[in-house]
Amino acid sequence: MTDATTEMAPYAFVRKETLEQQPAPLSVAGPLAWVRQHLLSSPLNIALTLLCLYLVVDSVPGLIRFYFLDAVWTGTSRDACLADKVGRPVGACWAYIADRFQYFIYGSYPINQRWRVNIVFVMFALGIVWLLWTSAPKKKLGIFFFFVLLPISAYVLLLGGPGAERFLSICLTLALALAALYLILSFVPQLVRFYIGEAALGVVEQLPIWKRFFGPKQLVLFALVVLGFLSLLASNPGLPRVDTGLWGGMTVTFLIAAVGIVFSLPLGVVLALGRRSRLPIIQLLSVIFIEFVRGVPLITVLFMANTMLPLFVPQEYSPDRLLRPLVGVALFAAAYMAEVVRGGLQAMPKGQYEGAMSLGLGYWSMMRLIILPQALRIVIPGIVNTFIGLFKDTTLVTIVGIFDFLRTIEATLVDPTWATPTTRSTGYAFAAIFYFLCCWGMSRYSIAVEKRLAAGQKR
Amino acid sequence: MKKFMAAAVAGFGFALAAASAQAQAPQTLAQVKSRGILNCGSNTGLAGFGVPDAQGNWTGLDVDFCRAIAATIFNDPTKVKFIPLSAKDRFTALQSGEVDVLVRNSTWTMSRDTALGLQFTGVNYYDGQGFLVRKKLGVNSALQLNGASVCTQQGTTTELNLADFFRANNLKYEVVAFATSDETVKAYDSGRCDAFTTDASGLYAERLKLTAPDDHMVLPEIISKEPLGPATRNNDAQWFGLVKWVHFAMLNAEELGVTKANVDEMLKSSNPEIKRLLGTEGKFGESVGLTADWAYRIVKHVGNYGESFEKNVGQGSLLKIARGQNALWTKGGLQYAAPVR
Repeated sequence: MTDATTEMAPYAFVRKETLEQQPAPLSVAGPLAWVRQHLLSSPLNIALTLLCLYLVVDSVPGLIRFYFLDAVWTGTSRDACLADKVGRPVGACWAYIADRFQYFIYGSYPINQRWRVNIVFVMFALGIVWLLWTSAPKKKLGIFFFFVLLPISAYVLLLGGPGAERFLSICLTLALALAALYLILSFVPQLVRFYIGEAALGVVEQLPIWKRFFGPKQLVLFALVVLGFLSLLASNPGLPRVDTGLWGGMTVTFLIAAVGIVFSLPLGVVLALGRRSRLPIIQLLSVIFIEFVRGVPLITVLFMANTMLPLFVPQEYSPDRLLRPLVGVALFAAAYMAEVVRGGLQAMPKGQYEGAMSLGLGYWSMMRLIILPQALRIVIPGIVNTFIGLFKDTTLVTIVGIFDFLRTIEATLVDPTWATPTTRSTGYAFAAIFYFLCCWGMSRYSIAVEKRLAAGQKR
Repeated sequence: MKKFMAAAVAGFGFALAAASAQAQAPQTLAQVKSRGILNCGSNTGLAGFGVPDAQGNWTGLDVDFCRAIAATIFNDPTKVKFIPLSAKDRFTALQSGEVDVLVRNSTWTMSRDTALGLQFTGVNYYDGQGFLVRKKLGVNSALQLNGASVCTQQGTTTELNLADFFRANNLKYEVVAFATSDETVKAYDSGRCDAFTTDASGLYAERLKLTAPDDHMVLPEIISKEPLGPATRNNDAQWFGLVKWVHFAMLNAEELGVTKANVDEMLKSSNPEIKRLLGTEGKFGESVGLTADWAYRIVKHVGNYGESFEKNVGQGSLLKIARGQNALWTKGGLQYAAPVR
């Protein structure tokens, strides 16, 4: 039947095969079209394109020549970077960066103790990857590691000395006590039941021992491992005290930024909740703190901490010179964070609150399970913005004599060993690269997080 | 204005510090000994006076002075903690007791010496404003700079000193001022002006940043007085004396030819002055709370003043600053120490 219809049909012009796919005409696709569409679509755009092109052509070749082609890559003293001595035009003096690289990382930290800083860096990187990498396992353990174990380890390792060791042994005792408590709690009841004949031994041995450690027990076990490792270090190579005055370079920059970021977010959330609280005293205190801190520049806070504070506090009770800006920066960032978080809280529709309450959730459950996850997602750009600002603000501690990364570069610039006409441009270019990579990394990550969390809202 | 503010803050600080100082006994030396380390207020970075090397160790003339104090107290020049202080918080840090001694190229002026509750113990470097010129200009003295254009930093005392000097000598000049010292050096290097002026010790350091440092020279004239020295709180005469005599010991050692290398030999010297200095005769160190070999320790660990000078800022360093006013009084300079007697 079908055959007949086909044969009978006298449509000679019906095409038997599908048409070959043709490339789009040059005027709508391809590089030329892209150029026309994006760069030359109107007289104004043409003018702007030409202007940008001029700027690029004007600056980029010079920069490339200075920072790459004419640059000096190896050398041990300023002679390597002097045009007179080398006999050719000299650009950036990267040899100087290579020579002082250790100093930029560790500052004046004693050379034979720098492995301690390296361990902290590795732990820090581990914690960051653990928390930020979406498919990393055991996130709760990671959070515990980053927010509890890492600060303890960093404190013990970086500072060292009898005080830190005492602190370490207290932590270790605490962890051991908790572990013992869990051991008793998870075994004794069953053993007791076994001996009074209520349960068979098989029930007791149901799970292998290590499988019994889950939830908080796992944290305690993990803490024991890390703290045990630390006490091993403290007892065997020993951890002599390294005064904070000797810390410097990237170590200090990362330390201040990490402390600021770690403390400002939880503190900011608490302050934001406090400011929206219906309890008048809590609200008043939150408002006073936030408004006061936002009302003064960070420099003022730092000056107060390092210039005025020693005058009011007796010398022996005066806090450490590095601790003061650390606290100052953390509190400062917390106030800004609080306002960012409050923005998110206010953006939540009232229905979310009412819905949560109608489910019978209390205040904290409502905040933890319904409101904050949504509110924080809304303000991710603001939070990252604050973090980036905080990271860059860490350079302000130079004015109170703390040797952060930028300050170590400036300190080497005055050193006659590397005094050349191009040392300064090289040093600051290196600083720019470092800060750009850090800030750019943060902003790229935040974009990824936003995309992931906004998956449900895509249309 | 800046200076006034600094003075006001420092004065206010002093008032507070004085109030608290009365309560505590001014036993700086005892405190340092019980602490086991000297807290030394230092510069955050100044060529020749205090800069960190590649390992992060501080080196420089002021740094050596702190090490000398530590050496004489503990017989160990490493027992010193350097607390880098900015120009703004240096005096408060001293007043509040955060540092035991301030060795941070601070200029000894009347207001600082009398109103801030500090005392300068001496001058470990006589600085002053000088001129840097191109050798091919053919000028040997600042008095030949008639009609020259001079690069300088805006709004500093340098600019005022410059005006004073040229007016006093009836010379014509043209000021080319810039906001930062970096711009000033760049402008001078590119030939924008004939001379560059700032403090002499700075001139030598900035010269190294020029494209051809050897084509430039520092003129011998110094047109302002910038005596730089260590300072202590003025409530502890014993500590003040100790710091002062550390400087004198280094000067006396140089004058008597006692160096780091030959100090052990010199212990056997029959020269009574050397005997008194090194403590083989008399117990002069005990009068400032130290041991009899107090000066021996300084020279043994740090060296005499001349050695420290040449190593950090003089011919042994890249700066190559001439001794000039910092030569001993016997060699036409201003460095003069009271005798140990």
